[in-house]
Amino acid sequence: MLSIKNLHVSINGKKILNGINLEIKTGEVHAIMGPNGSGKSTLASVLAGKEIFNVTEGKINYFGEDLFELNPEERAKKGIFLGFQYPVEIPGVSMINFMKVAVNEQRKYKGLKPLSAADFLKLMRERKELVELNSALTNRSVNEGFSGGEKKRNEIFQMAMLEPKLAILDETDSGLDIDALKIVANGVNKLKTKDNASIVITHYQRLLDFIVPDFVHVLYNGKIVKSAGKELALELEEKGYEWIKKELGE
Amino acid sequence: MAKEQDKIIKEVTQSDYKYGFVTNIENDTIPKGLSEETVRLISAKKNEPDFMLEFRLRAFAKWKTMKMPNWAHLNIPEIDLQDIIYYAAPKPKKKLESIDEIDPELRDTFNRLGIPLNEQKILSGVAVDAVMDSVSVKTTFKETLAEKGIIFCSFSEAVIQHPDLIKKYLGSTVPHGDNYFAALNSAVFSDGSFVYIPKGVRCPMELSTYFRINAANTGQFERTLIIADDDSYVSYLEGCTAPMRDENQLHAAIVEIVVMENAEVKYSTVQNWYPGNKEGKGGIYNFVTKRCICKGDNSKISWTQVETGSAITWKYPSCILRGNNSIGEFYSVAVTNNYQQADTGTKMIHIGKNTKSTIISKGISAGKSQNSYRGLVRVLKKAENARNFSQCDSLLLGNRCGAHTYPYIEAANNSAIIEHEATTSKIGEDQIFYCNQRGISTEDAIGMIVNGYAKEILNKLPMEFAVEAQKLLQISLEGSVG
Repeated sequence: MLSIKNLHVSINGKKILNGINLEIKTGEVHAIMGPNGSGKSTLASVLAGKEIFNVTEGKINYFGEDLFELNPEERAKKGIFLGFQYPVEIPGVSMINFMKVAVNEQRKYKGLKPLSAADFLKLMRERKELVELNSALTNRSVNEGFSGGEKKRNEIFQMAMLEPKLAILDETDSGLDIDALKIVANGVNKLKTKDNASIVITHYQRLLDFIVPDFVHVLYNGKIVKSAGKELALELEEKGYEWIKKELGE
Repeated sequence: MAKEQDKIIKEVTQSDYKYGFVTNIENDTIPKGLSEETVRLISAKKNEPDFMLEFRLRAFAKWKTMKMPNWAHLNIPEIDLQDIIYYAAPKPKKKLESIDEIDPELRDTFNRLGIPLNEQKILSGVAVDAVMDSVSVKTTFKETLAEKGIIFCSFSEAVIQHPDLIKKYLGSTVPHGDNYFAALNSAVFSDGSFVYIPKGVRCPMELSTYFRINAANTGQFERTLIIADDDSYVSYLEGCTAPMRDENQLHAAIVEIVVMENAEVKYSTVQNWYPGNKEGKGGIYNFVTKRCICKGDNSKISWTQVETGSAITWKYPSCILRGNNSIGEFYSVAVTNNYQQADTGTKMIHIGKNTKSTIISKGISAGKSQNSYRGLVRVLKKAENARNFSQCDSLLLGNRCGAHTYPYIEAANNSAIIEHEATTSKIGEDQIFYCNQRGISTEDAIGMIVNGYAKEILNKLPMEFAVEAQKLLQISLEGSVG
């Protein structure tokens, strides 16, 4: 579904990604790990279409389409979902209204009628249960006054509502205690099907105890320097990122 | 993304101000220019009693001694007041059968504006006075309201039918020499609306005046007078639009409200005069004096305004809290885009004991516009236990606009509690991207964020108009990010 070829990205003239290659098929879960500043979040942002980054070289193909031809909202409607590392607050805009617009935009794109108020509320109830989201949160403004953990859970809730084909979770585990982590991971696992895929970006192996990846990639200095199965995460946990640096002869 | 924004900008520059059309109708106009002769001519055209002419002449004499105010944060080009037509009345093509009949052209005009003047088709629960250029065209539901003793008619009609009320209250809240534009209005005003709610009556429907400027080279000077007698209640709404023209047009109105004991008036404005084009050409100069006196004990006035139009807005709906325990409220959303300028706010004058005032102002600036809040809270010596809460928020879109806050506080009584809060924020690229990532277009995202920001104010509007106002906010800001 997603094929990244020789992706080079810079911001303000500074190179951040230096030739990423990655193939993702439906039904797969890929974990991307790496030390701070290695380019993990940049990769997520570029996939979602954030404008401030400059793609200097390379191609991304998504279900046969050139991803760079699509603006962020088109990508979203075609099933790309980004779980933000730092979800923003939108004061005065209720979570219900926000989700209703988002869900119906997507339905419109697929040629479906907008959901009736009753159907929408039913859908919301179901999905809230799935991610064990406190029902009061959806009555509040988007992310306003949410704790760090609530914001992350809210991201997973939105993912459950939108049922993406490709979910990119950018450090969704950061700032979560172990219980919240389990809830988030549980949500992700329940939403997994043979027709969708996820990219789980994380700094620690902890999350991968709960979301078991098919592949683990190590990102370092803007390049994927090592790819393997889930055992790579454990090895990294044990030996630390210094080990990678040594292997690379630095 | 860049492509999308280009598209949006293109749409906006090519899409028209929805109300910018001109009605082709013959006008009964007087020659351009302003002199004592003009004032006498207007009064004569309206067959006014002597006291009205005297009022006008006093105002004109005072006005001649006054200068255009320049203290606002506005860049006002020189206005040639001799180059304006001060009276233009649409002339019907054929002789009309009765006073209630309307020229079909005018009916069509108001239909296009979404204001049907046919009582069967009209929004249920709203009575309308439709004013075009210098005269009132039609007032609906007059008879229904009269059954309750409510007077709702054009100002001209009130001068003839209810001279005692006019004599008593005209200029009682905004004196004829109050300020430059008020004096000008008092001299040359041509029509407007008059409302009287008798003792103990709760007005069963929303009252509304719709102002339309149509004729070229004319100024609109209307006057609204609302009197709410003891224990009465009325909710009143004002709307306005004008054609798109390259030259600027002057609108200098006065609204006077008198609220007696235990009475309450809710006054809402959705101001959508033509704001000028993208380059700042054309648009209405909107210089308005609005003031309410809470005369009786336990009286209440609530001003709600949504200001999206006009090239220049200069307007400070004020509350004189004379009665003990009286309450004044001011809720405002002012949007400026392109080259629009707005200097708007309120005055809360606490005179009575235990008087309370609330000010919530939300400014939204985009393009190269300038948006200022200017507000005065004055507590007089005898105003024991006065309370004020003010909150002034500014939202900026882009880097080329300005937001300014000028709060003035004067407290002469130590028991006063005055609170002021102010914030300035920018619509973040991050907020828009967050919405984009959920499949919401940039334009819809801005509309959503702005409406969220202004929600507190929009919630104060009568239901029928809240939805309109929401759409208006979004349209006013189209293409403002790019």
